Amino acid sequence: MKLPSSIPKIKLKMEKREETSLEFDLFLTFISICVALLVVTIIFLSFGIHVFAAFKQIFLSFLDVDLIIVRMIPLLLCSIGLVIVFKANVWNIGAEGQLLIGAVAAAWVALFLIPNTPSYILIPCMFILGFLFAGIWALIPAALRAYLDINEIITTLMMNYIAYFLVAYLASGPWIGKAVWGFKQTDLIPPQARLPQIEGTLIHYPTLIIAIVGAVFIYILLQYTKFGFEIRVYGSNPEAAKYAGINEAKVILLTMFISGGLAGVAGVGELAGVRYRLTANAKGLSADYGFTAIIVACLARFNPIAAILVSYLMGGIIVGGYALQASLGVSRGIINIFNGLILLSLISAEILKRYKISFKVVKSK
Amino acid sequence: MENTSHDKVIVRMVNITKRFGSVIANDHVNFDLKTGEIHALLGENGAGKTTLMNILYGHYRPDEGEIYVNGHKVVIKSPRDAIKLGIFMVHQHPLLVETLSIAENIAIGTELGKRKIIFPVNEVKEKIVEFSKKYGFKINPDAKVWQLTASERQYVEILKALMQNARVLILDEPTSILAPSEKGFLFNFMKKMRNEGCSIVFITHKLEEAISTSDRITVLRKGKVVGTIKPSETSINELARMMVGYDVFLADVGRKDITVDAKVNATVVLEVEDLWVLGDKGEDAVRGVSFKIRAGEIFGVIGVAGNGQSELVEAITGLRKVKKGKIKIFGKDATNAHPSEIIRLGVAHIPEHRLRYGVVENLSVAENLLLKKYNDYMFSGNIFLKMDKIYEWSKNLISKYSIITPSEKTPVSNLSGGNVQRVIVARELSMQPRLIIAAYPTHGLDIAATKYIRSLLLEHKKKGTAVFLVSSDLDEVFEICDRIAVMYEGKFLAVIPKNKADKEKIGLLMGGVLLHEATV
Repeated sequence: MKLPSSIPKIKLKMEKREETSLEFDLFLTFISICVALLVVTIIFLSFGIHVFAAFKQIFLSFLDVDLIIVRMIPLLLCSIGLVIVFKANVWNIGAEGQLLIGAVAAAWVALFLIPNTPSYILIPCMFILGFLFAGIWALIPAALRAYLDINEIITTLMMNYIAYFLVAYLASGPWIGKAVWGFKQTDLIPPQARLPQIEGTLIHYPTLIIAIVGAVFIYILLQYTKFGFEIRVYGSNPEAAKYAGINEAKVILLTMFISGGLAGVAGVGELAGVRYRLTANAKGLSADYGFTAIIVACLARFNPIAAILVSYLMGGIIVGGYALQASLGVSRGIINIFNGLILLSLISAEILKRYKISFKVVKSK
Repeated sequence: MENTSHDKVIVRMVNITKRFGSVIANDHVNFDLKTGEIHALLGENGAGKTTLMNILYGHYRPDEGEIYVNGHKVVIKSPRDAIKLGIFMVHQHPLLVETLSIAENIAIGTELGKRKIIFPVNEVKEKIVEFSKKYGFKINPDAKVWQLTASERQYVEILKALMQNARVLILDEPTSILAPSEKGFLFNFMKKMRNEGCSIVFITHKLEEAISTSDRITVLRKGKVVGTIKPSETSINELARMMVGYDVFLADVGRKDITVDAKVNATVVLEVEDLWVLGDKGEDAVRGVSFKIRAGEIFGVIGVAGNGQSELVEAITGLRKVKKGKIKIFGKDATNAHPSEIIRLGVAHIPEHRLRYGVVENLSVAENLLLKKYNDYMFSGNIFLKMDKIYEWSKNLISKYSIITPSEKTPVSNLSGGNVQRVIVARELSMQPRLIIAAYPTHGLDIAATKYIRSLLLEHKKKGTAVFLVSSDLDEVFEICDRIAVMYEGKFLAVIPKNKADKEKIGLLMGGVLLHEATV
């Protein structure tokens, strides 16, 4: 293949990078978001949407702090749980379902197990059982991976659907409420089971506190504890972990348990702080938080402290989506496209992390 | 080539010279291949056998020399040119697309799949069945490549050549990945091919294989041709001399039972009894190995890589399941024990695959030094790591073992190969081991680092530590070992005390010469 002599050739050169700095990582993240924004702009334009008005709407909605924090709570809880499994190189795609199982546990406690106990017993019970049930739910794919080497990506993903249908079954069958006028949903949980909110807002602060303390807890766990060391060794090089005598099954099971449990806590928060009941449409409660949290964990570069900021931003984007729909009549689906684009450009940017790419124009003779 | 006369020369290579930097891989080599013969290319590792054939196959261009095919001078610029001339080479580890089936691989890898809009899978399948029947291969054209064993992959590559009417087939050490039982089939196949007029170049370093299968043998040593002879006109002894370059008296080491124990009274540290271990492909990689190592002894295992040494080491250190047999460490049964238990017994392991097992590259030097000690009460409590103590201790090790690194917090991926090995050695030897398992500890290191590591092993031996050293370096084994075992195809061919061993004999044993046969 010979090019005509007049056309200069562009040579792509790829060099391996030694190490990248934190600033460079942040820069890449920033660029990825910019690329995603650019593509979204094109999409807005092609739908004839007023771009300036749309972005103004999105940015304005970033000021709706209380609305954003309500979305941030489940995102943060799910994403810090995902950080810990992802660090162990275990790919839990099931936070969505684990969140629902947490909500189911909370509904069970509040409606059937101990509905007539005071808040100070009922609410801790909901959180503890929500964590336990969702953790045990996540242990199923974890055990399959640890002992039978079955790919956890597929099992965790599929188990989300089991959770969706479990909720639908409960809400339309055995748990269907007495005062629901034919709707497929449970009764409202009793008032003493509902989480307190910050005055004048919808922020159910107990869950927020758990989420932020959880993020710090996960950070310390990963950086300063023996188990965190085992997670990092196993996640970076499973063969070296085996060589060092690290119990692989323990790492897989325990990280998945914590991860599922934290998603479960998010589910308790959604049920007892936002929705107060289960409905047959499980998606209404989980609202894709479990999937969006994957993007949060990746954008935060698996740093639980950074996940606090990122989950706030992501909450802002979600609220922005609602605002767009309300004011400009744009489908909220556009927000999913935007999130997908961010993830895509982030993953594409990984190659820039590992390689230095330079262009060279060569004039052929 | 309708009328194949058996003396017709199909390939002639004249005065081939190939240099890699200052190393001369082929030095004015003359080689000719006749129609319908199996021609063995025999030599030690690094003698230039594969280089010569890579030149014929168009992988390398010779610096000097000419190649004639069917009497015509040719320039072979790439494997594609070679294939057009009917020359095919089957490498030890053929490149195939893992997720595709055999038929698909053959279709995309050959002319059969070119310039066709509809992918000719069915056509290829029929051909595969036809050829398989003819040569007795048991191959299912729909099997995916990832399911195949190494030898089956080799046959896929051979099938590719057959289906494109190969006239010359180059097999690069084809037996090195075969179980003994599979060899007979390969040799029969080679003879069948020869009888049909195909010419085969058979690259090997195994003397008895060369003698038993080939029509002619060309021996290479250090890039030069020592001679070309017929098996019927030579003996294993003569071939051995040609290959190694010395007069070798095989008869002297003909007994396997000269296991004299220098330190009869010392405690037995490691005892292995009739050990059988499976390799990655499910073959018997270690086949009934037994030995004892006592305190203060360095026991060396030497052999060409891939004869079961890696599997043996992995079995002892708990990284690989034992199929049969016993491993005892300080009298305690450690067969199939978890690696953590074996570490607790005081066993250090300097692994063969440094980056695979030995270090976690994106963790810091300090964290890598900590890898096996993070449970030690010195460095951690019930839950937390004692970071200050870890860093302090790491700094000490870095200076004690002269690890060159900007700081203890630098990721190991930024260190040079020699320093990575120093990190591993520092970690393993600082645990005050009572048994050191060292696999190729100086491989690829410069002279200073090599010397340093050998001196450390000797130092530990003096302290009464037992050392199990796996090496492919004769000099290393002779320098520091008390006893030397030669491993070949999963067995110890001999265990020889250092004072009774000599390098040439061991070199031959490594090549699998069966001593008792050689003396006949």
